[in-house]
Amino acid sequence: MSFPWAQHYQPKAPFMRWLDEKLPLPRLVYNAIGGGYPVPRNLNYAWNFGVLAGFCLVLQIVTGVILAMHYAANGNVAFDSVEHIMRDVNWGWMLRYAHANGASAFFAVIYLHMFRGFFYSSYKAPREMVWLLGVVIFLLTMATGFMGYVLPWGQMSFWGAKVITGLFGAIPFVGEPLQIWLLGGYAPDNAALNRFFSLHFLLPFVIAGVIILHIWALHIPGSSNPTGVEVKSESDTVPFHPYYTAKDGFGLGVFLIIYCAFLFFMPNALGHPDNYIPANPLSTPALIVPEWYFWPFYAILRAFTHDLTIPFTHIVIVEAKLLGVLAMFASILVWFFLPWLDRSPVRSGHYRPLFRKFFWFGLVPTVVVLGYCGGSHAEEPYLMLSQIAAAYYFLHFLVILPLISSFERPEPLPFSITEAVLGSDKKAVLGENTTPAT
Amino acid sequence: MVRIIGFLVGLFFAVMALWAFGTGLATVASEGRLKEVTAESAFHREPKALHLASDGPFGKFDNRQLQRGYQVYKEVCKACHSLNHVAFRDLAELGYSEAEVKAEAASWTVPGIDPNTGEATTRPGTPTDYFPKPFANDIAARAANNNAIPPDLSLMAKAREGGAPYIHSLLTGYTDPATFKNEDGKALKQEFPDFQTPTGLYFNPYFANLNVAMPPPLTSDGQVGYKDGTAATVDQMATDVAAFLVWTAEPTQDKRHQTGWPVLGFLIFATVLAYLAKKQIWAQAKVRRD
Repeated sequence: MSFPWAQHYQPKAPFMRWLDEKLPLPRLVYNAIGGGYPVPRNLNYAWNFGVLAGFCLVLQIVTGVILAMHYAANGNVAFDSVEHIMRDVNWGWMLRYAHANGASAFFAVIYLHMFRGFFYSSYKAPREMVWLLGVVIFLLTMATGFMGYVLPWGQMSFWGAKVITGLFGAIPFVGEPLQIWLLGGYAPDNAALNRFFSLHFLLPFVIAGVIILHIWALHIPGSSNPTGVEVKSESDTVPFHPYYTAKDGFGLGVFLIIYCAFLFFMPNALGHPDNYIPANPLSTPALIVPEWYFWPFYAILRAFTHDLTIPFTHIVIVEAKLLGVLAMFASILVWFFLPWLDRSPVRSGHYRPLFRKFFWFGLVPTVVVLGYCGGSHAEEPYLMLSQIAAAYYFLHFLVILPLISSFERPEPLPFSITEAVLGSDKKAVLGENTTPAT
Repeated sequence: MVRIIGFLVGLFFAVMALWAFGTGLATVASEGRLKEVTAESAFHREPKALHLASDGPFGKFDNRQLQRGYQVYKEVCKACHSLNHVAFRDLAELGYSEAEVKAEAASWTVPGIDPNTGEATTRPGTPTDYFPKPFANDIAARAANNNAIPPDLSLMAKAREGGAPYIHSLLTGYTDPATFKNEDGKALKQEFPDFQTPTGLYFNPYFANLNVAMPPPLTSDGQVGYKDGTAATVDQMATDVAAFLVWTAEPTQDKRHQTGWPVLGFLIFATVLAYLAKKQIWAQAKVRRD
């Protein structure tokens, strides 16, 4: 798709003309991220994170493929092979730290990308499919990240794998056989390590495929924007290139500065010391925690400490462990339904006073509290905190969000993006950033 | 329909979370405290501050200190602790010459194979050998150490919360539980009269559960005779070996720091350029659209 005023690809060099006739790949790129893609002119820096996430995936694939040349997926030597990479492979330490911190960077930009989607309701029609594919990408990335963390075969790798695959054991009747089937044994061992390595290598390419669908689906309606008002005329848009390539280039620079500060000066700050101890099935670490990017979900998992019983009896209907597992999966699956849960006709949080309050003072602190509790010991006060936060989390998405639109009076929207940018409406959100109409 | 089902599911999980919260709150209220205070939680100490030349983004290893630390490892630690990931050739990075590395390697006995009979034997080390293990296997290690396995030291500085300061504090932190007081001035024996360090373990408030299987390794000043004339106090030996273990944990750390600054400098420069380019390009947009 494109807007009628989109620029058309015109190959100048004879070779490019020839190529365009046989295989119009340059045309595809031109229309996807070049001059042929008209984009709202008012995107703020929150719109940088999609490109950054794509960059992270490439970074992870490049570093990961090289690491795989030196890594050995065998329980006896996996840990040592990682140390071999750190010590003896030329620039191996940089590759490994780039990959380990790259995972953190990937999740950081994905989360910011998603929070932009939450705040500006990017999930609403006509972009539901973009959002759904995004959630699929997130789930695949979670699986990839989890399996990647197992590969160094340190203590946290082993026990993390044990706890997470143990979740499947909570499923009634089929749980235990399913867990054994997934692991290829009763506990994580060589079989599990090998299949995790295989899948960890495969899934990033699946993610790349879904990202192509994600971008394809995005190009049907075109990008959303901070006002949430759809593009009406040519003056609302600028071509992606050079405008947003330039803006994304600057964003990429800022991202790389932060990323490299971690890579070169605090590469282990986001990891856990226990993962520098070789896996030992006989010694349980004092605290088993996943990487920081899973903490909020881990907190939800552990928050459900009470069985569902028939009140005033001790008859258990659903055990607490299974409840935790269901809640953890539900906390992500609920995003699939967002486009239909949120009924407000207004997209942008800028024009939704009530939604905005629940977002900044409800959802954001809730996720932060869950994250903090998820990285702490499962004891008080962290359990009680995460229980309140988990309750709010579900209420926010499933009760508050669907109801808000009934009580809320949205603020007046600008007539168009151009009007918002050029400031003929004083209430326009971008007021501070814009130059007055001349 | 989606909203009705969602509403019910949301309420269900919220109620279950709050139910768990309620029972948690009831437990806390009935016990009158958030969690049980144990000797470990009240008397465990955080590591003392330790400053090494390798600290921080500008950190660089102090080779003389690393050599002293290596000497402490060789004369004290190696009796029980392995250094699996380090080879003799790596010692060249501490400032030893090729000949010195060769001589140092030869002063160690490593497992070998008799070329004539094929039987297991021992031979002097060569630079390509890794540091030999003090025990043949875990069972031998347990048997010799009161059922505890002395951990490998290669990665110790990265494998413990607190890193090098923790190692230094642990080595200098042995004390008598009978007179031990925590930062608040409370005496352990007064708060926990039943506290006992089991036979074969040693009280050390820097260790997570206060009782460590390792006997105090550095007991008297001058235990190691430093060749460079540094006074070998217990604190100095502990500091030096901690510094050495930072190096064994990551011998490439200097290179990492040295690489980082030019990379960061380039990125900052490139980002400023990218910002200026972005500004210029967008200025055109304003002119054209206005």
